[in-house]
Amino acid sequence: MSNIPNDLKYSKDHEWISVKDDVATIGITDYAQDALGDVVYIELPSEGDNFSAHDAFGSVESVKAVSEIFTPVAGEIVESNEDLNDTPEVVNDDPYGDAWLVKIRMDNSGEADALLSAEEYAEFLESEEE
Amino acid sequence: MSDSNLKKTPLNEVHRKLGGKMVDFGGWDMPVQYSAGTMKEHLRTREFAGLFDVSHMGEIHVDGRDAIPFVNSLTTNNVEKLVDGQAHYSALTYENGTVVDDLLIYRFNAEKLFLVVNAGTQDKDWEWIQSHRGNHDVDLRHASVEYCQIAIQGPKAKGILQTLTDTNLDEIKYYHFNNGEVDGVPSIISRTGYTGEDGFEVYADADKAEQLWSAMLDAGEFGQENGILPCGLAARNTLRLESAMSLYGHEISDTITPLEANLGWICKLKTDFIGRDALKRQKAEGLKRKLVGFEMTDRGIARDDFDVYINDEKVGSVTSGSHAPYLKKSIGLAFVPAEFANIGQEIKIDVRGKHLAAEIVPTPFYKREKN
Repeated sequence: MSNIPNDLKYSKDHEWISVKDDVATIGITDYAQDALGDVVYIELPSEGDNFSAHDAFGSVESVKAVSEIFTPVAGEIVESNEDLNDTPEVVNDDPYGDAWLVKIRMDNSGEADALLSAEEYAEFLESEEE
Repeated sequence: MSDSNLKKTPLNEVHRKLGGKMVDFGGWDMPVQYSAGTMKEHLRTREFAGLFDVSHMGEIHVDGRDAIPFVNSLTTNNVEKLVDGQAHYSALTYENGTVVDDLLIYRFNAEKLFLVVNAGTQDKDWEWIQSHRGNHDVDLRHASVEYCQIAIQGPKAKGILQTLTDTNLDEIKYYHFNNGEVDGVPSIISRTGYTGEDGFEVYADADKAEQLWSAMLDAGEFGQENGILPCGLAARNTLRLESAMSLYGHEISDTITPLEANLGWICKLKTDFIGRDALKRQKAEGLKRKLVGFEMTDRGIARDDFDVYINDEKVGSVTSGSHAPYLKKSIGLAFVPAEFANIGQEIKIDVRGKHLAAEIVPTPFYKREKN
């Protein structure tokens, strides 16, 4: 079973999001890293880039596949996790911790409220598997 | 497509128990990787040994007085050069010189040949071969369901397999084979593979697949740290790509000739086969495009079918591209116009809209050290 921490919000594109004040930290879920397999390359946006909700802001590539990453919320990138350029495998080892991808200053800080709870994301995964 | 529509090898249940992630591979339900993951599977094969279920490959028996002239009339390599117990790599070609399939041809004796073809193309191959039989005195038998095929590959493959057989494996030279027993099971033991490593491919009765698979995993100390690992299709692909071996549908196909794909060495144009005249003509006129290896110099991964640019002009496309787990680089194979097919030539690859730089490099990307 996938690990789905209770204190995070989730998107149907398999991103997780954690909000503090008006800054959201975004990563990919345990389910997503497992589906991708060994991650070998990550492409992240630059500080100051602006995105609308559901825009692709980067990509995560495993040996066998590439997956675009979408931001569930609109805003401006305030930090990208550049450490992952040298250690992409951390995405497999610690998707909810050291492998956060970007921090984004939200245009609308309430936007994350509408995303899935851990319980809803677990249900969504089950429905996907059927 | 539901599981029930997919073809299964005799090891299907075993793969599931081992945590294999099953995918639809050309109509076959196959493991793309096991729980260790592609990276570990690939590296373990390079450094120790890996085990591959390749039972989906197709087997065709050609028996009879005209076995050699018949197969010679269909394939690019010269079957007359084979001796008993030897195999070679070859291609079935169309009249226009493009490729029906690539295959291995085994010679048991002058009247008994054994063809091993790709899984997804075997029905097409079988029809092609049957329809060109003409007046040749041969018995043809499509025997895929009768066989399992298990590949054990890597520097320790020989030592592991030797514990299971009385056949002296040192006496089987590269691209030769022997009829022997593995774990007491009658087998064709062939020193061939698709990884760039030393290793063997073992063919046996399909009913014995589980026994052979388990015996080889046990002998290779699967489960111990650094023991043998079962390897899925993803590792099989990255291993063959590092070794710059062709994959049907990518480097060779019904729109590509073997000469374009650097396979001139299997095209013996003095023998007469379907497609020979077209290949002779192509050779005389000179190749317009060539298959080259490249390494990304910008960060990024070129995937299959990405476009190749030189001087802002689209000139070709990537046939296979991936991260190379052992070399820790981003590599690929691509077709470019012959005038640009030079080591050191810079090319650009369109990676999702960005033109990233790459350089043409010698192939194979990886070559094992012979001991």
